[in-house]
Amino acid sequence: MLATETGPIAFPILSALIFIPIIGAVIVALLPKSRPEYPKLVALMASVATAAMSIWLMASFETSEAGFQFVSKHTWIEAWGISWHLGVDGISLFLVVLTGILFPLAILAVDPHHDEKPYLAWLLMLQAGVMGSFLSLDLFVFFVFFEIVLVPMYFLIAGWGYEKRVYAATKFFLYTMFGSAFMLVGLIATVAIASRDIGYTTFDLVVIAEQANFAASTGRWLFFAFAIAFAVKVPIFPLHTWLPDAHTQAPTAGSVVLAGVMLKLGTYGLLRFGVYLFPEASYWSRNLWLTLAVIGIIYGAIAATMQTDLKRLVAYSSVAHLGFIVLGIFAFTTQSMSGSTIQMVNHGVSTGALFLFVGWIYERRKTRQISDLRGLQKVAPIFAAAFMLVMLSSVGVPGLNGFVGEFLILTGSFLTARWWTVVAALGVILAAVYLLWAYQRVFHGEPDEDNKKFPELKIKEGLVLLPFLGLIVFMGIYPKPVLDRVQPSIDALIGRVEDHTDYVQPKPTIELVDHSQEPANPEEEGDG
Amino acid sequence: MIASLLAQAGDWTSPSIDWAALAPEIVLAIGVNIILLLDLQLAETKKWAIATITGFVLLGSFVAVVVLAVTGDGARSLFDGRYVVDDYALILKALFLLAAYVVVLLSQTELEEGGYYQGEFYVLLVCSVLGMVMMASARDLVSIFVALELLSIPAYMMAAWNKRNRKSNEAGIKYYLLGVFASAVLLYGMSLLFGATGSTKLTDIGAALLDGDLIGLDVVAVVFVVCGFAFKISAVPFHQWAPDTYEGAPTPVTAFFSVATKAAGFVALMSVVFIAFPGADGVYQPLIWVMAALTMTFGNVLALRQTNIVRMLAYSSVSQGGFILMPLAFAGEPGVGPAALNAVIVYLIAYAFMNLGAFAVVIAVTRKTRSGEISSFGGLFSYAPGLAVAMTIFFASLAGIPPLAGWFAKFNAFKAVLDAGTTAAYVLAAIAAVNTVIAAAYYMRVLRVVWMDEAPDGDTSPVKSPAPVVAALAITVLGTIVLGVLPNLIARAGAIDALTGAFAG
Repeated sequence: MLATETGPIAFPILSALIFIPIIGAVIVALLPKSRPEYPKLVALMASVATAAMSIWLMASFETSEAGFQFVSKHTWIEAWGISWHLGVDGISLFLVVLTGILFPLAILAVDPHHDEKPYLAWLLMLQAGVMGSFLSLDLFVFFVFFEIVLVPMYFLIAGWGYEKRVYAATKFFLYTMFGSAFMLVGLIATVAIASRDIGYTTFDLVVIAEQANFAASTGRWLFFAFAIAFAVKVPIFPLHTWLPDAHTQAPTAGSVVLAGVMLKLGTYGLLRFGVYLFPEASYWSRNLWLTLAVIGIIYGAIAATMQTDLKRLVAYSSVAHLGFIVLGIFAFTTQSMSGSTIQMVNHGVSTGALFLFVGWIYERRKTRQISDLRGLQKVAPIFAAAFMLVMLSSVGVPGLNGFVGEFLILTGSFLTARWWTVVAALGVILAAVYLLWAYQRVFHGEPDEDNKKFPELKIKEGLVLLPFLGLIVFMGIYPKPVLDRVQPSIDALIGRVEDHTDYVQPKPTIELVDHSQEPANPEEEGDG
Repeated sequence: MIASLLAQAGDWTSPSIDWAALAPEIVLAIGVNIILLLDLQLAETKKWAIATITGFVLLGSFVAVVVLAVTGDGARSLFDGRYVVDDYALILKALFLLAAYVVVLLSQTELEEGGYYQGEFYVLLVCSVLGMVMMASARDLVSIFVALELLSIPAYMMAAWNKRNRKSNEAGIKYYLLGVFASAVLLYGMSLLFGATGSTKLTDIGAALLDGDLIGLDVVAVVFVVCGFAFKISAVPFHQWAPDTYEGAPTPVTAFFSVATKAAGFVALMSVVFIAFPGADGVYQPLIWVMAALTMTFGNVLALRQTNIVRMLAYSSVSQGGFILMPLAFAGEPGVGPAALNAVIVYLIAYAFMNLGAFAVVIAVTRKTRSGEISSFGGLFSYAPGLAVAMTIFFASLAGIPPLAGWFAKFNAFKAVLDAGTTAAYVLAAIAAVNTVIAAAYYMRVLRVVWMDEAPDGDTSPVKSPAPVVAALAITVLGTIVLGVLPNLIARAGAIDALTGAFAG
């Protein structure tokens, strides 16, 4: 029963995006051991098919449309109004595409060295889980996917990671599970309370968002129940301590996926299930989030500077970068929120690529210690050049993608959260410090005996990198196609916040002086 | 005196009995006799047939239940409403029979190979199941008590079945002493209840308790009855027997206790709470609230420290009991009753599949490793990937990871609690939420050993499971997955006016 199909064709593309990786995983798991060459082929076929469909999705996405597109809705558990409700809007579109692209590249880029079959099956399950989380518009379905994601990631880290992998995997699992346990309670409470306004029980996100009227205090409790889960996932300081361990100990593909898309489950969740579902509460609590975001930016950057392990350095840089995204979300301006949405994708691309490089360095040298590496630029100039480009994108150099996101976030946030933005801007400088310093230590200088034999970038690695580098440059030079798709949804979201509070978005013009006279972020808020 | 009694007896007429409604019980009762007689006659070499016949007896009873469910229109009330066969009773009867069938499959090879086979085992098992099947329909204090004893007394013996094993004897004795003690408490509560209300029929008690304020006697009676059942469902602080009994008893018996016996306790508790105690919700709700919170927390914290898998499953089953109990703490809140009833039944069904499955894997693996230590499961994935995946499914389901049966059950329980919308409900839900995380820690620890560790003695020869164990695994894996993906199948279970209507007024 196809209820509301608004896409150009009736093919249930969103469901296919979820089910193709699942089918792939099942096939991979069932392949006989006697044919070791098949699992990778099947896994690649499934993930490339998913990637192709996600790109097709992006191409046929209606640019000026703010609402959900390609909606597919089927009743699942009728008694409680739970339905298989999927849809994509400007906020989730590029995360879906990123999820589609990142997995085949991660599968192609590095080999697991042992037990390839379960490794690939878990990766595909992970892809399905992440896709499902980004696509679902039903609280129940979302939670199901949000939880499913944990299991493959746990096994990937614990099974194919490095020396402290079991500790890291367990920590990751329990931290996230702890957060989502509160979300489960909050989610069911949301539905129970909303059903009094709506008149019937439904888990449909859109129906609840549009028809339920939470009292201010209720909404705030519920918002925080959700927000804890997302704050762990992002991770927001001080709930971040699982991240350096998990990132460092995960196998390369795991780190790529973890940084690339899984952290975005947190920031996406804050947008979709925080700001969209509870606009009043999220606006009311913005100062808390802005402060934590800024602490995360500075703390992550300082901690990254101190690291001696290259992978840990990249991991801490994620804490800082995700801080920017959270800052942009809770600044509530068109630029800052669009910037955050774009930055989610940018961070996925550049940090994903950085983790690939670290993985390749480890494959070649069996170490990640910065002090063991020296002068790689001399022996592997192409490798160094590619690393440089990615690193500069992560620093946020103009002309590359990182700049677009950070610039939008900072200019947008400056209007409503001036002092936080001023401090956050320091983070940009610190990012340059730790990344350039790391580059200098690893790639400059004279290579010693061990590093002299460092092999150059292989052709396969180069091919894997091409999409990353292409995206880094393209989004840096011409972000308009992305912005065109993101902005309508963001404007609609801010419109919701304005409807539910007395917040009015300051006009993003040069007359900043006027706005500083009438405080841009009025202290008295909504119905609280 | 005697003359007056005889005079009364003269008025007594035999009640008209709806024999069809009793068909499942009758099949079981006849089956018990057939098994007992056949076991005497069969040659030693053909003893294996007993298990098969037991299976057919259970199947016959199951067919009767299904026929009643399909053809039945509404509830069939027997003996003046003291024995009711409605949808609620039927779904639970089916559950008991299915669980017993899986236990028979698991026992078959285990008992023979352990060298303590005796045909009476199946007799006792079917007797116990008969008690459970009766329990589902019992709507009277006396029939509840009779059913409880009928299911418990064979269980005491089954716990000590491994006669030459000291631990098994300890298990039997502990279970027996504490079980009898619980029965005494329960009986005392029931007698007080009868004294206070003048009836043993649950609906009459319900009406009497609703009528006017509770007196001290009522309160004591309700507390005693609830505590008496709390022993059966091993709710903290009445759980002490569970770990020792579970560890000492033969593993299939442990599986039976942790699923079927526990479910029977819950069924009795539900019947009493929903039909007899709606007027006493002020008494039993706080009591159950505290027990649920303690049960899940203690069970989990103790499970964390276990190194023996059966003991860990014992404590995990204690803690799962807390989750099952949780919705009952709000059974009396307006509008929550049906949801709570539904939540408990759904949880019992899901729990039966996943816990029996977990024990099935343990039985299959320990046949080879001969060790109950969690560490002995190391490397399972490398030499028995099928069992490892099955174990992952069961433990993930127990941990409440979607889309498996346990997840839906947990979700349902949370939903029933949060529907109440009181502060107490939110607090209990938060406690339960924290507990799901603790539970995940020890379930994942086992999975970590299964997937990541090396086989402890380097022995990676494949595990050969006998056909009955494979069949048990197939049933439980299928149930765990199907109920998780298509929860519609049981989402309405127990949302039945026949029972809930009794306390709505």
